[in-house]
Amino acid sequence: MDNAKTFWLPEKASTFTSIVDPAFDLYLWISVFFFGLIVILITVFTFKYLRRRPDQLATAQITHNLTLELSWTIIPLIIVMALFFVGMKGFLHMRVAPSGYMQVNVKGQKWSWSFEYPAGAVNDTLVVPVNTPVKLAMTSRDVIHSFFIPAFRAKADVLPNRWNAIWFQATRTGVFPVECTQYCGTNHSYMWTAVKVVEPDVYQEWLANASDPGKGKTPEQFGALLYQKRGCNACHSIDGSKGVGPSWKGLYGRQETTNMGMVMVDEAYLKESMMVPTAKVVTGFQPVMPVFQGVLSDREIAALMAYIKSLK
Amino acid sequence: MIAHVHDNINYLKTKKGLMSWLVTVDHKRIGMMYLASILLFFITGGTFAFLFRLELWSPLKDFLTPDQYNQFFTLHGVIMVFLVVVPGIPAALGNFFVPIQIGAKDLAFPKLNLTSLYLYWIGAGIALWSIVAGHADQGWTMYAPYSLSQNPAVLWMMVAAFILGFSSILTGLNFIVTMHTMRAPGMTWYRMPLFLWAMYATGIMQIFATPVLAITLLLLLMENFFGIGIFDPALGGDPLLMQHFFWFYSHPAVYIIVVPGFGITSEIIAAFAKKDIFGYRFVAYSSVAIAIIGFVVWGHHMFVAGQSELADTIFSFLTFFTAIPSAIKVFNWTATLYKGSIDLKTPMLYALQFLWNFTIGGLTGIILAILSVDIHLHDTYFIVSHFHYVAMGSTMIAFIGGIHYWWPKMTGKMYNETVGKLASITVFIGFNVTFFVQLIMGSLGSPRRYYHYWDQFQIYHQISTVGVVILAVGLFTALINLIVSLWKGATAPANPWGAKTLEWQTDSPPPLYNFTETPIVTHGPYAFETEKA
Ligand code: HEM
Ligand SMILES: [Cu+2]
Repeated sequence: MDNAKTFWLPEKASTFTSIVDPAFDLYLWISVFFFGLIVILITVFTFKYLRRRPDQLATAQITHNLTLELSWTIIPLIIVMALFFVGMKGFLHMRVAPSGYMQVNVKGQKWSWSFEYPAGAVNDTLVVPVNTPVKLAMTSRDVIHSFFIPAFRAKADVLPNRWNAIWFQATRTGVFPVECTQYCGTNHSYMWTAVKVVEPDVYQEWLANASDPGKGKTPEQFGALLYQKRGCNACHSIDGSKGVGPSWKGLYGRQETTNMGMVMVDEAYLKESMMVPTAKVVTGFQPVMPVFQGVLSDREIAALMAYIKSLK
Repeated sequence: MIAHVHDNINYLKTKKGLMSWLVTVDHKRIGMMYLASILLFFITGGTFAFLFRLELWSPLKDFLTPDQYNQFFTLHGVIMVFLVVVPGIPAALGNFFVPIQIGAKDLAFPKLNLTSLYLYWIGAGIALWSIVAGHADQGWTMYAPYSLSQNPAVLWMMVAAFILGFSSILTGLNFIVTMHTMRAPGMTWYRMPLFLWAMYATGIMQIFATPVLAITLLLLLMENFFGIGIFDPALGGDPLLMQHFFWFYSHPAVYIIVVPGFGITSEIIAAFAKKDIFGYRFVAYSSVAIAIIGFVVWGHHMFVAGQSELADTIFSFLTFFTAIPSAIKVFNWTATLYKGSIDLKTPMLYALQFLWNFTIGGLTGIILAILSVDIHLHDTYFIVSHFHYVAMGSTMIAFIGGIHYWWPKMTGKMYNETVGKLASITVFIGFNVTFFVQLIMGSLGSPRRYYHYWDQFQIYHQISTVGVVILAVGLFTALINLIVSLWKGATAPANPWGAKTLEWQTDSPPPLYNFTETPIVTHGPYAFETEKA
């Protein structure tokens, strides 16, 4: 099978491409046929019956023809009903995961994704084994997002207070982009990540490491990792530049002006800012940070604090 | 014949001064004021689109920040949908021509008609104020809970949508009552021009769809002021409910948008092919059929939103039926050209490009109803292109064609034909360059509402931006041509196109009460003669 991108469709990397792409192509040819038919008829009629003298009249007034009219009612009806069945059949297959899938939980938040594996691993990219059905159970921490993997032809909205699911089976190894396709605010268009499809043994090895991400790392190193993996980097810079949130550079020990007055940045303030971000909002920023209560473990909080302290 | 000296003065000259316009109850003057307002908003909404398309020239920042970009597409969408294409044709051209085409003096409720214009202005004011003052950036679709974080902007926007909706209910009601009670002697239903059938079908949709907006507004208010969780998940509400409400109104709204365009296209094709519309009854019924089916397909906007598979399947099934009346019309218009006497004047060039664009708009709609394929295409540029092919490429093109067609009647002036044709061709090229690439870019996986995009999509964005520049040149040429004609144009005869419907039997511009004598109708709307063999 040729996996490359075509003129109309992106590269192919999941079993769904053999459902969606043929339906797309079939329909493309049906459209080309009808569009061509209409355009040719209009062009031919227009030039054949073009008015040559100002007072020229039509050569016939044909008001109707039942056979013709019924045929262009019934033939399209048959075609669209066939299309309905094709679409429904593919769709039901794409919505119902086969047994024996592995599950990953997906959490969306403004403006990053996190993937939680049953064994406890949490990551900012999705890593999956090739040729294995994977089910994603997805929910959002804030507003509606949508999880789209173009190369897999897979997509579903990700809602707060609800779990939506998709499944897929990747057919080859590689790195494929994931996009958020439901508008979710300022950095909607930066809310993307990737799926890494790897061989099963590579996957197992990765999972074992990822399940204990702090292993063999100092708290600062672990904090730096979490900064990436938990999506803090979407809003907070570490080089002093202003993002959606304040930069972490030189943050510890600084005096911040907030809506609750001046605050000295210490451990208590940092922890509160992660658990209840709206408690004190630094002047000049919007209260948009997601809540990390119940998301970060104590060990992770400590690591993040150590990391922030290290950013002088 | 008894001379009615005053009745013979054309409606533009009966009274002078700004006040005489602001308190007029003449449907023609109200139509003209609507036309001016709608065109002004069209230019405003277009300017925002022009700016953010320029921003998309490169994937990084050119001159807008992400927040500005997001506010611009919101302004663009809200203005174009709620202030331009939804009220558009009925409020401007419908107001002017519904009474004249049935041979009546005015609409059934002239004062109500003026009220609806004021409601439109008030609604428009609130809508713009809410977005600008509230920095709203949630897009015209206002999905909760994101939109709720934009309060009170979103509340005010709903208030505006409701007032605007109320304005269109009044217009729809007025048209329906007028068509039922004020037809001239001999004007039976099947002698009504197809534009009127379209206005009738639109009226039905306006009356039934808009109340849903009122309900949504009420629920939003309850949520805001009493903290009852309805849409906001933080309060235990269901954000999907908001989408259901939104599309229950907005799907019929897309047909409120396009059906009037069908009406204009029928008028123009008949007049410039000198032909009776082929299958008049099929065309008339299909407008009504669309109005009815349009109410039961809203869920097709939510195939990936998380409604049940059963609901998805039913909505997909029903959606395919909307394709049939659309297809019937395209075939009938095409067949009308057969053995006609076709004159490629400016309005006809718009009608033909309507056929081209609407065929693409309809065909791209059908593929979106194929469930498995829609999962891939949903919320990409493919959708953007699909609805622009219908809302801009079909409705606005028909609207502009209609303005050219009826311009001599409305203003008493002829515009420059050559400039008009050139503008029309430029618009056609510009529009298709802008939007056809978006179909390709979308199916390749480029999401909509993206300020920043991947390098591989840059070439498509650039082609699209070039297209918009061409489109803008075409539209401005058309506009300037029309405006210049007000001073420089030749005086229009009563019937410059040799058309058969009643508006062409009275003077250009029409007198205050439209006709000096009540017309008596003895034949169908397109009773053209045939060449003697
Ligand atoms: C042949 C007739 C048509 C069919 C079968 C059709 C089908 C569809 C479908 C299935 C969608 C949802 C796609 C998605 O969200 O994934 C859609 C979206 C849309 N269509 Fe159509 N459509 C048709 C004609 C029209 C017309 C006449 C208009 C309006 C003038 C229109 C305007 C829109 C708009 C505004 C959207 C979505 C906008 C948004 O999500 O912001 N369509 N259409
Ligand atoms: Cu729809």
